[in-house]
Amino acid sequence: MEFGPHLMLAVLEGLVQASVLTLTALGLSLVFGVMRVVNVAHGEFFMLGAVLAWWITSLLGGGAGLAFAAALVGAPLMVGAIAALADWLVLRRVAYDPERTIVATIGLLYIFQQITLMTFGPDARPVPPPFNTRLALPWFEWGEGGIALYWPWGLSITSYKLFVIAAAPVVLVALWLVMTRTRLGLVLRATRIDSETARAFAIPVEQVYALVFGIGAALAALGAVLVVPIRQAHYLMGADPLLLSFIVVIIGGLGSLRGTVLAAVLIGMSDGIISVFFTPTLAKIFATLVVAMVLVARPGGLFGERRT
Amino acid sequence: MLKVEAIDAAYGRVQVLRGLSITARAGEILCLLGRNGAGKTTLLKAIMGLVPVTGGGITLDGTEITALPAHRIPRLGIGYIPQGRRLFGELTVAENIEIGLMAGRQDRETRARVLALFPRLGERLGQRADTLSGGEQQMLATARALCLGPKLLLLDEPTEGLQPSMIALIREVVREMRARGVAVVLVEQRVDAVLEVADRVVFIENGRTALDTAPEELRTNPALLHRHVGV
Ligand SMILES: Nc1ncnc2c1ncn2[C@@H]1O[C@H](COP(=O)(O)OP(=O)(O)O)[C@@H](O)[C@H]1O
Ligand SMILES: [Mg+2]
Repeated sequence: MEFGPHLMLAVLEGLVQASVLTLTALGLSLVFGVMRVVNVAHGEFFMLGAVLAWWITSLLGGGAGLAFAAALVGAPLMVGAIAALADWLVLRRVAYDPERTIVATIGLLYIFQQITLMTFGPDARPVPPPFNTRLALPWFEWGEGGIALYWPWGLSITSYKLFVIAAAPVVLVALWLVMTRTRLGLVLRATRIDSETARAFAIPVEQVYALVFGIGAALAALGAVLVVPIRQAHYLMGADPLLLSFIVVIIGGLGSLRGTVLAAVLIGMSDGIISVFFTPTLAKIFATLVVAMVLVARPGGLFGERRT
Repeated sequence: MLKVEAIDAAYGRVQVLRGLSITARAGEILCLLGRNGAGKTTLLKAIMGLVPVTGGGITLDGTEITALPAHRIPRLGIGYIPQGRRLFGELTVAENIEIGLMAGRQDRETRARVLALFPRLGERLGQRADTLSGGEQQMLATARALCLGPKLLLLDEPTEGLQPSMIALIREVVREMRARGVAVVLVEQRVDAVLEVADRVVFIENGRTALDTAPEELRTNPALLHRHVGV
């Protein structure tokens, strides 16, 4: 394939990556922003989302579309409930102390991983995509009569991948509307800014934390459900999304949702593009280098809060 | 209205309040005076459930509130104006007010009534709270607490760093609340800021009640004042 169409293909792969990473990293960022908790188990919520998506679709069987729709709604809800429960039983008990929550979430990571290994097993399992039409894409060339469109062999994308690419903006807009236009969003923002004063104005901060931890995990699970028809579900699949989400949250600036989205698109795109042209390993090396450079130039991240 | 009886409170192992008692009555302004570090702020936080109380008890209209979760306490009708204002700085004026209304389950009518007290806030509803001037921020902190429709109002050094016109406005609002039958607990550091409005004055020293008296007493007996304010 020529360079142009090849790049276009890589960009589309990058967009798929960016979409999934945006959702996943947003969950981590939300939890850190509101609760000041560094959730090391975030990748496991991603993994649980994928595994539960497999469980739901294989349980329902039948039409791939309906089963997948059930997974798309059910898996994030279930993972969110598991996370809220973990918050209530574990994080609340250690009073959200920054250091102890890191240790506690490392513990959660292994618990979720081992429970999944014991129940789901060590094999990777596929989830059929609900639709998967291959769409050929046009490219252009300069001819004598100006621009001419043609259909290069191999330049195509599946309808499912387009769906994944579209999912992130839709969820982002929905989340943004909730945060800025609803009472729940107001409560979340007030708690993030000053939890003590929030309490003094009748905001049940512990309940808010459980909810936020649940929403954060549900976002990771949603990203996983979207990706599982492309990559399979496996009990160790949480490591990469955890690493990439941390990279994104650090580059974007701790606690900044805007920065998280921007960094997720940047890292997701470059991860996808470098993976297509070179190797996934090189993509991770690049992402880690970007983190190092951003931290040298701007210790607070691109959109870091400048609070003490 | 509010009875604080012999409470102890501590931050970790550092005990700050030692058997402190105060009583606030409806339609009365109780002023708390005391040096920096005496425990005035800690007392108000203990009432709000933000600092654990390890001994003694707090009742509001006879209801024990000592062990209630912090978020249930404002619902009982306690409006808190913290030291340093503690506004939600990234939120707008309107949103800060909304949080006060939500805390007391109050409606538009309360909002209109409170904004009538502070017309300047009404002109800045869409502005971020941290872009307001110091005086406007204090107005907003006061408005936020009043929006809850409190029967007890706790003010922690509301005049700190304000210019005289603003101090006068805050004092006016406090008097207005008293006239409406609200119980007011006003913490101040400067005695002269207090004598004009107070119905009763309590000195706090080292986490204890050192003196509970009427302002006239202090005016006529400067020696008393001198002993507790010292220099
Ligand atoms: N968060 C805290 N942690 C530990 N000690 C504190 C804390 N806040 C206040 N203190 C201590 O408690 C004492 C009383 O403080 P405070 O109630 O703020 O006094 P005041 O409001 O009368 O100036 C001081 O000695 C102060 O150092
Ligand atoms: Mg103080």
